[in-house]
Amino acid sequence: MKRFDSQNDRSEAESPKPPRWAQRLIRWYCRPDLLEDLQGDLNEYFARNLKAKGAGRARLIYCLDALKFFRPYTVRKPDFLNLFIHWIMLGSYLKTSRRSLVRNKLFSFINIFGLAVSMSVGLLVIALTTDLCSYDDFQVKKDRTYRVITTYQDRDQPIMNFASTSVKVGKKIRETVAGVEDVTILSNGFSGDAHVGEKVIPLEALWADHSFFRVFTFPLLKGDPSTALREPYSLVLTEKTAQKLFGKADPLGKFVRFDTLNYVVTGVAKDVPKLSHMRFEALISFATTEAKQPRTDSKVYSWDNIWQNYVYIVLPSTSDPASVQATLNKLSRQENAAIKNKKITVALQPLKEAALGRKLENAIGPTIMPIVVWILGGLAFIIILSACFNYTNLSIARSLRRSREVGIRKINGALKSHVLGQFMAESVIIALLALVFSFGLFLFLRTQFLALDSHISDLVSLDLSPKISLYFVVMAIAVGLVAGFFPALFFSRINALQVIKDVSTMKVFRHVSMRKALIVIQYTISLIFIATTLIGYNQYRGFLSFDLGFTTENILNIRLQQNKGNLIKKELAEIPEVREIAQSMMITSLGSIHGTSMKYMNPDDSTMVWLNFVDEHYLPVHNHKLVAGKNFTLRPKKGEEREVIVNEQVLKRFNIANKDPQKALGKMITVDGKKLAIVGVLKDFHYGTMDKKIEPVMFRYSSDEPWGYLNVRISSTDLPATMASIDNAWRRIDRIHPLDAKFYDDQIELAYSQFVVMVKVIGFIAFLSICIASLGLFGMVVFTTETRLKEISIRKVLGASESGLIYLLSKGFLSMLLIATFVALPVTYFFFDQVVLTNFAYHQPIGLSELLAGVMIVMFLAFLLIGSQTLKAARKNPANVLKSE
Amino acid sequence: MKGSNLGEFEELVLLTIAALVNDAYSVAVCDELEKHTGRAAKLGVVHAVLNRLEEKGLVKSRMGESTSARGGKRKRYYEVTHTGKVALTKAREVRESLWNIIPGFNLEGSI
Repeated sequence: MKRFDSQNDRSEAESPKPPRWAQRLIRWYCRPDLLEDLQGDLNEYFARNLKAKGAGRARLIYCLDALKFFRPYTVRKPDFLNLFIHWIMLGSYLKTSRRSLVRNKLFSFINIFGLAVSMSVGLLVIALTTDLCSYDDFQVKKDRTYRVITTYQDRDQPIMNFASTSVKVGKKIRETVAGVEDVTILSNGFSGDAHVGEKVIPLEALWADHSFFRVFTFPLLKGDPSTALREPYSLVLTEKTAQKLFGKADPLGKFVRFDTLNYVVTGVAKDVPKLSHMRFEALISFATTEAKQPRTDSKVYSWDNIWQNYVYIVLPSTSDPASVQATLNKLSRQENAAIKNKKITVALQPLKEAALGRKLENAIGPTIMPIVVWILGGLAFIIILSACFNYTNLSIARSLRRSREVGIRKINGALKSHVLGQFMAESVIIALLALVFSFGLFLFLRTQFLALDSHISDLVSLDLSPKISLYFVVMAIAVGLVAGFFPALFFSRINALQVIKDVSTMKVFRHVSMRKALIVIQYTISLIFIATTLIGYNQYRGFLSFDLGFTTENILNIRLQQNKGNLIKKELAEIPEVREIAQSMMITSLGSIHGTSMKYMNPDDSTMVWLNFVDEHYLPVHNHKLVAGKNFTLRPKKGEEREVIVNEQVLKRFNIANKDPQKALGKMITVDGKKLAIVGVLKDFHYGTMDKKIEPVMFRYSSDEPWGYLNVRISSTDLPATMASIDNAWRRIDRIHPLDAKFYDDQIELAYSQFVVMVKVIGFIAFLSICIASLGLFGMVVFTTETRLKEISIRKVLGASESGLIYLLSKGFLSMLLIATFVALPVTYFFFDQVVLTNFAYHQPIGLSELLAGVMIVMFLAFLLIGSQTLKAARKNPANVLKSE
Repeated sequence: MKGSNLGEFEELVLLTIAALVNDAYSVAVCDELEKHTGRAAKLGVVHAVLNRLEEKGLVKSRMGESTSARGGKRKRYYEVTHTGKVALTKAREVRESLWNIIPGFNLEGSI
């Protein structure tokens, strides 16, 4: 590298020079009276080193020296006079800025509108990020609180990460780990109907042990936090729940009945703040579970029961989490030695990462991955940058008009820095003005964004606070500085004399290539966004219409909510529109999965097989196709089943009867310790969502799943009436819980609703970026045609045709659009083909039509803009134009 | 201003300026110091000392003629002022008076 440098230098006619930036650096910081001889000294040493050590070293030494001489005695004192001049000139700057804003209404509009629109997206992202970052901030011990999370690996299965852990870990930490201030153990999954007198309200609660209120800051309005959760059958309600159950009466000491058991209310907590990763309606003392289940029940308190318990610990401020982690690692090793085929490792996770951190299974509340915030921030940044480009482009393009003003200022004694300051101030003012508009847009956008998806309004509130307002202003100022930097630099370099003498000598068009590049970038971005939107939408449509391998049409899934399926079935069967009713434990193809391990001949070879419990009507209702065998023939009670129906993948996995479905019938497999005979082989269907490959699946028989669903096939001409009679039938059986019935097709749509959100967000961004790019292009076209008006008139006088002139004026812009197209389309295609769609096992091919449709829209818009302006210019009467000069 | 006492290095630089007479500018002072003391005199250090000496009024400086060498930059020549000369003389006197009271000093005994 160095050798290359020196050779390169020698080939030049003159001898090598010290690096320019270092020279400039010295000139910048050094006191004027010391500058000259210091420069000379460094030059002299440079010349010496050049001979002795070569150009590379000489340069390096020069740079180091330039940095080393940055000392108190060499540094120039801040020029207070200069700052003072800035201050007194501020009024003048404001005045001229305002005049220029008013004089060029079109450009001001383009600038302010573009900045306002783009900044509103920025404001939204700021509000969103602030909300996400302030999750759990109300917890007093938030910096010292950690959650114990679990890594679980079954033999041969991929590693899974859980937010939950075992009760045993919590107890072990409490008993054996030193240097832990507090431990609390929680469990979720309590759900039942709360009875108070005549009132019945369904309630979901967390089990929490007595140290819960020491770890978390959920203030109690009534009751003693230290004893509230100590005794079995104690219940702490939130304010809202207490209001629902007891109205205005004091709930303390009163009883609430669940099933047959009475719970006493020992406290009323303030409602859980929205920005809490953990939410509950009520807390039940953990001692209750211990009272219900004997302590010796090894399964509940075993090391590998990690599914619904949560452990949080508080460390003293002096303690090091790493040392606690080391103890936990040791504990994991010890415990894992005692269990077979599984590896369970526990780790500490800071409380702040519970809401904004990596996705974990069995999360206790909402979790959002930081990458989402980064992506949204990135999109906002791109849009804002695009609007900044407009500002930069138009300001430099119009420089011809304001260069005289700059010339006069310079002649009157303005320094470079003054002009720079003036134009930076102007752009900041424009950005602040845009902020006012963008704030209004933000308020509108906020309601739209929150309504986009119920998850979003559940996750954040996007409320304003002084902190957020400050961020807004900071962002506006930053945008102003970025947008105004290049124009300011350009103006500050104007040569005053030249401008005053003859404006036309100014090289306005020197920055043409930069301006063109900015427009190309804008259009490339817009095209990428719009193509992304269209491809995303098409993929989404593809998921909905995908052949799952069974029918979902006209099937209504009714959640049983603990009712007897048979009773409701009987009621529903009386409705004439109901054709057929099946029962199942879960609804497939929506993303939720349920599995258990299956073995064939080899007792050591087991695998996780996804499963659904269904009754004999399930297959006909859904039109599942059997490759071999038949539907369930026996009607066993729970626990006495002997038959199973599997899909082709199961045969493949265990190589049952050489994968021949006919011969596989009657073969025995082992599931949950039971021997089951294969009575039917299903054609493969999609049990999971489109991102998952088809895996081994089995159907087992059960006609009584109180937590399951009824799958009702209806054929109705009057849907509202049918739904009303179904609702009536339901209410005859269950008066407490409202009917929860959804059409299968709607549920599938819901399962892919995240795509709708994504398509909407990106579509909106695409719309904005096209708007901004079009505005910018429009501005440039107006400007170019205006400056070339005289040329056009002369051409016209000399006999040029209108179409020829339009071609002349627009061909530059069109070629820019073509370049943008040729960059954007392959980029989008490869992005989807190589990155996005590889995550989906089944997806639609990317069609050329989606890619081209976006281009057509953008091109059409651009043609309209360019065409209308150039046509206007070409049609002008040349006589008028030439006369007016 | 700090005390008018001369530091060891300051004294050396001052002496070098005096020795170089009309040709005392920063780079030359560096070279001369290196020649006589045998230690590497860094420009940064010498430059700072020259600046301090001037602040103390022990030297004064003037800019030289502009030439094509040194990238067209002029040299700053230093010259010992009267105060500088007094300070040097005083430093020498202090040393000599100390030397004079050492009895029978020779190098042989200490080796």
